[in-house]
Amino acid sequence: MIRLTWRQFRLQAVATFGLLAVVAVMLAVTGPQLVHLYDSTVKPCKAQGDCSAATAAFLSHDRLLQGLGDVLVVVPGLIGVFWGAPLVARELETGTYKLVWLQSTTRRRWLAMKLALVGVVSVVVAGLFSLMVTWWSSPIDRVNAAPFAVFDERGIVPIAYAAFAFALGVTTGVLIRRTVPAMVVTLGVFAAVRVAITSWVRPRILAPLHFTTGLQVPHGNEIANPNPAAALKSGAWILSNQTINGAGRVIGQGGAINSGHGTGVGFNYTGPARTVLQGVGSCPNKFPSQSAPVAVFDRAAQLCVDRFHIRQVLTYQPASRYWTLQWIEAAIFVALALALIGVTFWWVRNRLT
Amino acid sequence: MTTALTATGLGKQYRRRWALSDCTIDVPAGRVVALVGPNGAGKTTLLHLAVGILSPTTGTIEVLGRPPSDDAEQLARVGFVAQDTPVYSGLSVADHLHLGEWLNPRWDQGLARRRINELGLDPGQRAGKLSGGQRAQLALTMAIAKRPELLVLDEPVASLDPLARREFLQLLMASIAEDQLSIVLSSHLVGDLERVCDYLIVLASSRVQVAGDVEELLSTHRRLIGPRRDPRTLPSDHDVIEEDHTDVQSTLVVRCDGPILDPAWRVEELSLEDLVLAYMGRARHHPGVNQQRLSVLG
Repeated sequence: MIRLTWRQFRLQAVATFGLLAVVAVMLAVTGPQLVHLYDSTVKPCKAQGDCSAATAAFLSHDRLLQGLGDVLVVVPGLIGVFWGAPLVARELETGTYKLVWLQSTTRRRWLAMKLALVGVVSVVVAGLFSLMVTWWSSPIDRVNAAPFAVFDERGIVPIAYAAFAFALGVTTGVLIRRTVPAMVVTLGVFAAVRVAITSWVRPRILAPLHFTTGLQVPHGNEIANPNPAAALKSGAWILSNQTINGAGRVIGQGGAINSGHGTGVGFNYTGPARTVLQGVGSCPNKFPSQSAPVAVFDRAAQLCVDRFHIRQVLTYQPASRYWTLQWIEAAIFVALALALIGVTFWWVRNRLT
Repeated sequence: MTTALTATGLGKQYRRRWALSDCTIDVPAGRVVALVGPNGAGKTTLLHLAVGILSPTTGTIEVLGRPPSDDAEQLARVGFVAQDTPVYSGLSVADHLHLGEWLNPRWDQGLARRRINELGLDPGQRAGKLSGGQRAQLALTMAIAKRPELLVLDEPVASLDPLARREFLQLLMASIAEDQLSIVLSSHLVGDLERVCDYLIVLASSRVQVAGDVEELLSTHRRLIGPRRDPRTLPSDHDVIEEDHTDVQSTLVVRCDGPILDPAWRVEELSLEDLVLAYMGRARHHPGVNQQRLSVLG
């Protein structure tokens, strides 16, 4: 049975591995160059301090190959649509199941061999591709220091996505029994599940941490507030950045206070005794006269904010949880894949008759 | 002698429609069975139930003494060619023979190669490029090379031209002689199968109308022509299958185990086709009637 499955699948498998080999060669050639570039430009400047020019120059290298991460996001979906959905649906649609079910091989074995061979190839393809991209991108990721920004294009989750997408495709094909509709439904459901897990499960499955600090008023002519995230260890995934008042109510986002007109932290100065912190109320402290230097105004503004106990709360997942979250998310998708395979076996055994 | 096919109260329901209902048959082994009925009568459903592609909604079916599609061993005993003769369009003829060899313990590769050769099929040809008749021949070759004890063919001659049809039936006859093979063939035309079958099942309106040995059926069914007469006045052992009346004359098809004694009747033999048509006609006019069934068994 495995030989028949291989005979049916070998062209696609060989083509895919060929493509993967080409990518591997490209990455193997450019990867060491990237490491060398990192060691010679970014590393020495980090020791000195300001690195923005060096990192910008470094990150502009191999833009095309950096795009492979985006390709990796799409690969599991493609596996589900082109390998999963037609696997059984095409046999049901073209009637060849009536040929193959009447050979001396049980239906369960037929399905098991199909799932095993194509499933293993799917997982291996996604795994190899992810391994290559993760390895090649490691200097870039070190510079970006934002592991959660590329969470689903690195490490082990792409393998689990591929397993899930494949199983989803097969199940959909068995239920719908027609190849093209099964492909469309597979793509839609896969995308929906991925989005749902990414936006609802990944941020919350481990209770996020909080970091609270007094709201810092921008100095002088600066527009942005000082970023409190700098106080966190680098690489954290900021889920929210809220401004809260003394009572703990949320009164703004991203270091700003909602005041009805514009964002930011605004003061309405009509004299030393009558300054209003917009969106909050009259400052309890006295402000200097108009002729005072900017630095004195800044101090008075900060004092007003402090008197109101206005704070900024960051909700985040620390970078140290990156691999824990990778394993958890991978486990979720693998569990979903196994459940779908169970459904498929049951359906083929009991419902396709 | 064992039985090839035994069904008891067999029925299959699709959503709300019964494709086959209350089917009870008992087909001895070593026969060539013609399963005849109009399109949509339930022939394909019955055959799919027999080979285990479908499972019954009601009743039971046994093939060669065991429920169908149980395990690999049972699958090896039954060969099947579906009505649309499915083949893998992307695989070559030779690939199909390999497939058969890989998947069937009793596969006879020599036989398969010889047949492909005789048919003039190019082993390198992709099955998707074959004509309908060639595809049917390939599917049939695979079913025969599997060396089954029961061969089930759903409308096997439909896609063959007259010459191929005759050759095909000759091949079947040769196979049955060699292997003690039991064969079930379906067709909506009994004429296709008349020369080869020795057992007949007429299926119409999702029910078995009549089933039995061909010779026995032909010897017990007769056409009676005589002065107009109400069929209800016939002796009780005359079972009227078809009646046709003019003002002065009645033409009846009756089943009667004994001789026709009434001299008023002119008695004619029936052809197998007439017999089938009579039962099909009755099924169409009285879909609920199949009391013939029980009396034919046995």
